[in-house]
Amino acid sequence: MPTITLAEAITQALAYEMTADNNVIVLGEDIAKNGGVFRTTVGLLEKFGEKRVIDTPLAESMIAGISIGMAAQGLKPVAEFQFMGFIYPAFDQIISHAARMRNRTRGRLSCPLVFRAPYGGGIHAPEHHSESTEALFAHIPGLRVVIPSSPARAYGLLLAAIRNPDPVLFLEPKRIYRMVKQDVPDDGQALPLDKCFVLREGNDVTLVTWGASTRETLIAADTLEQEGVSVEVIDVATIKPLDMETILNSVEKTRRCVIIHEAARTCGLGAEIAAQLAEHGLMSLLAPVQRVTGYDTVMPYLKLEKIYIPSVERILKSVQSIMEYA
Amino acid sequence: MNVVATFTVTFTQILNEQGDLIQPLPDFAKDAETLIMLYRQMHMLRALDARAVIMQRTGKMGTYPSALGQEAVSIGMGAAMHKDDIFVPYYRDQGAMMQRGVTPTEILNYWGGDERASNFITPEAKEDFPICICISTQLLHAAGVAYALSLRGEKRAVVTGCGDGGTSEGDFYESINFAGAQRLPIVYVINNNQWAISVPRNKQTSTQTLAQKAFAGGFEGIQVDGNDVIAVRHVVEQALEKARKGGGPTLIEAITYRLCDHTTVDDASRYVDKPDLDKAWELEPFKRFYAYLEKEGLWDAQKEKALQEECSARMAEAAQACIHTAPAQPTDIIDYMYETLPASYQYQRDELSTAKLPEGH
Repeated sequence: MPTITLAEAITQALAYEMTADNNVIVLGEDIAKNGGVFRTTVGLLEKFGEKRVIDTPLAESMIAGISIGMAAQGLKPVAEFQFMGFIYPAFDQIISHAARMRNRTRGRLSCPLVFRAPYGGGIHAPEHHSESTEALFAHIPGLRVVIPSSPARAYGLLLAAIRNPDPVLFLEPKRIYRMVKQDVPDDGQALPLDKCFVLREGNDVTLVTWGASTRETLIAADTLEQEGVSVEVIDVATIKPLDMETILNSVEKTRRCVIIHEAARTCGLGAEIAAQLAEHGLMSLLAPVQRVTGYDTVMPYLKLEKIYIPSVERILKSVQSIMEYA
Repeated sequence: MNVVATFTVTFTQILNEQGDLIQPLPDFAKDAETLIMLYRQMHMLRALDARAVIMQRTGKMGTYPSALGQEAVSIGMGAAMHKDDIFVPYYRDQGAMMQRGVTPTEILNYWGGDERASNFITPEAKEDFPICICISTQLLHAAGVAYALSLRGEKRAVVTGCGDGGTSEGDFYESINFAGAQRLPIVYVINNNQWAISVPRNKQTSTQTLAQKAFAGGFEGIQVDGNDVIAVRHVVEQALEKARKGGGPTLIEAITYRLCDHTTVDDASRYVDKPDLDKAWELEPFKRFYAYLEKEGLWDAQKEKALQEECSARMAEAAQACIHTAPAQPTDIIDYMYETLPASYQYQRDELSTAKLPEGH
């Protein structure tokens, strides 16, 4: 079996579900003939034709808005925003309409759709191309927010997102689009949308992360292991709804927790996880919950982006600071 | 220098302000019963609005946007639609919604603050969108619906609309652009009532007409006398027929006047000049239609009185039904956010299930 990248796993999931379900259509800027700027929709136009693989005009609010109309008609649009930094014109459509159509009509109309967007920094992209603003969406009732961090999880979670009857924001960590290859059987098996993944088991500290930061977190875990610290690593993956049960169970065991995310610190999802640990898991903690995050500043342009993105060193320093509590 | 493109905007009027025919009647209008039905529906709308304003003033309902003076736009548009067409309304389209089978009680319940009222009872409106409060966002939903119809090769069409101010929104342009590019079966009806709350039409845009904006989307835009219900129905019918046959979108600018406040929480006397308003009352849609029907021997003062009483009684009944609608459950506020409530929010639902409804609900 050929091994594939995270980007290829996205394509594989789209092709699988478009074959299985005629109602699935994909749309976005440059996604048809060009196969998307990251080539995640490559080959779909040839297989499924231009009615189901739509190169849209260049207008993000439109991409979201027409998806809502299509979804209300029973189609299952998978719409791509070219970069997360360009999703903001669609905010109104996503928040005011996609996320609340089911509620507003008391279930008569719904929005079974997926909004995909590459997100995060680290690929030397122009300004506005490296944002991690997942918390803005996680705050919105009615939306689900999903972030895969491996080819296998990208495949299984995207299938689950398309099959989900409600709107899902599916954020693809573009820094690791092609970093790792895995065997991903094209078997149509979806993964659960409300469950964290325990990537590594350990007893001394729980590292909670998602997206591209899973890479630095796993490297830090290896180093710590060599230093005699047993590390559990959790990939949150579905940041909304949040599977606190898995995180709480882990922290009950390890009694220490560090949350790592690329997004700016203030009101990032780390704050929600820390608050819930305080509400439900305070008594099991030996040390204060720590956060290693992006800084409360604009995502820097490419020359300085590396100092913004949480590094292995920053994660190590944070873990070492709480190992002193016992 | 060569002229590479020219565009023409036409204006259609069939019944002038004196109630005289200025061009031959379209076929539907040759039927007396159809004409009387249109007139009746306009009266039903005016009575609904009057009742709604009373309810708001007496604290029985929330904010309400009356369609006073614009009845011919809503009723003409609704009458032109086939049952299986799809309607994506804006918040002043209650007239057309009633023609789609949405009940006056549902409309009053909606503005009374009850989301259940957008779960329309009638099967005819089961695919229609709920009232849209955000400006022009619904025009994109309508384009998406039209795309779905076109993808499945269905011979149905979508009607959507907004006010004159709504044509300044980005979503308006993004919608007409996509609809034109994909040649979608969609009809845009712009209720140009001259006011976007307090901002007059001439401050909204310097384009000579709103209809011409359609040409930027690559399709035809036309004007119609929005106080002439026969003309409105006629041009919307033609546009729908074209759309169903694959001829693509049409934008119709219906020219009328908002004779009321923007909503019940607005005071239009702050910005509308009295002489302008008086002049607009001369052009309003009932007067000319009454004059025409009377001349044709189809209507008289006695019938008018009887109809007004009937409409008023019907809306009083609807108001009673609205007031006596069984209260919603506190858990309703969370039960429809997701098809299946994620387990992690179950504790919030549990808490809501013990919440007490406030007095008077």
